[in-house]
Amino acid sequence: MARISSAVFSSHIPAVGAAIDLGTTGNEYWSPVFKGFEYSKKWQADNTPDVIILVYNDHASAFDLRVVPTFGIGCSEEFESADEGWGPRPIPPVQGHPDLAWHIAQSVILDSFDMTICNDFKVDHGLTVPLSLMFGQPEAWPCRVIPFMVNVIQYPPPTGRRCFELGKALRKAVELFDEDLNVHIWGTGGMSHQLQYKRAGLINREWDLNFMNTLINDPEELTKITHPEYIRDAGSEGIELVMWLIARSALGSQVDEKHRFYHVPASNTALGHLILEKAGN
Amino acid sequence: MALEKPYQDIPGTIVFDADMSRKGYHLNQFFMSLMKAENRKRFLADEKAYVDEWPLTDLQKQGVLEKDYNLCIEQGGNIYFLAKLFYTHTQPFERAVSTMTGMTPEEYRAMMLSGGRPIEGNRSIKENQGDK
Repeated sequence: MARISSAVFSSHIPAVGAAIDLGTTGNEYWSPVFKGFEYSKKWQADNTPDVIILVYNDHASAFDLRVVPTFGIGCSEEFESADEGWGPRPIPPVQGHPDLAWHIAQSVILDSFDMTICNDFKVDHGLTVPLSLMFGQPEAWPCRVIPFMVNVIQYPPPTGRRCFELGKALRKAVELFDEDLNVHIWGTGGMSHQLQYKRAGLINREWDLNFMNTLINDPEELTKITHPEYIRDAGSEGIELVMWLIARSALGSQVDEKHRFYHVPASNTALGHLILEKAGN
Repeated sequence: MALEKPYQDIPGTIVFDADMSRKGYHLNQFFMSLMKAENRKRFLADEKAYVDEWPLTDLQKQGVLEKDYNLCIEQGGNIYFLAKLFYTHTQPFERAVSTMTGMTPEEYRAMMLSGGRPIEGNRSIKENQGDK
């Protein structure tokens, strides 16, 4: 039986990827950010899973306004890095896990979550920056990755409640898979940030820290946050945090906290990061 | 009955909802066209001629040609699509965003380094009016 043993949460800021690719991680601006991931890289090397289900959003790279899937799952063998306008990031292609991905798609659709099955697309910084933060710059990624996309750009994204329930369905789906696989689930995006219009630059440290605390200890409480509240308190782009609820509920209620990190600023954004293991793992 | 838009009370924020998406459809698809190197080249060679190929309103064209990013957002542009225009002009994201705030890029960067724009005074238009 496959099982979800750990969850990783991280912002997915493009400038962080650029710092890695350009080798500027040691400078005065970026070194505090990458210090926060030193433990994470060690933990990740000691706890490399077979598969990561990586919950993220596409940023008008693979999908534009012609088709806007609320939930999408990448079911193909391989995903290349997207050219987001300055050339593709110099990273290895992501190897998928079609057997598990198709299994999850079928299982959660029959559980009433209407996924869009996606086969031909490239992955952008939303997926690749967290990979680089956790694994560094390997010649090939050390495990398989299932891209799991959530629309958080076209309002309204799915509700926090819906994301939380989907996480449970994902856990069930993974546990129904016959092969003995160690699976991690990652929730990416956030934390508070607003990239547009006159209120751009909004950061809400107190709100973010409370979100992290509650995510660990009482995640269902976070399903009460409405979309207008996310936008008001965490900024128009902070609403991405609904994606963290998918990963958190997929891990199950009892967890051990391994690592927590928070830093402002990373470009326009408050960077948040957590590693949780299933309790008694 | 129409859906309510409680987020319209949030200061300095335009939510990319259904109405904005409909208004900005062609504008955003125009931005998407700049993902291709040959289109970027053609656009930079003659920006006006390139935007004229798209069914954009005069205000949308003005926003693009004058790099008035707030006007682009008001006319239905979405930040992640608009970002393709930043990259086409090789303008760093943070610097482009700063132009939407009425601050200089240096002032904006200093604000971010000191913890970002505070939530106090930026939560609600109604609350702010009540303070006066």
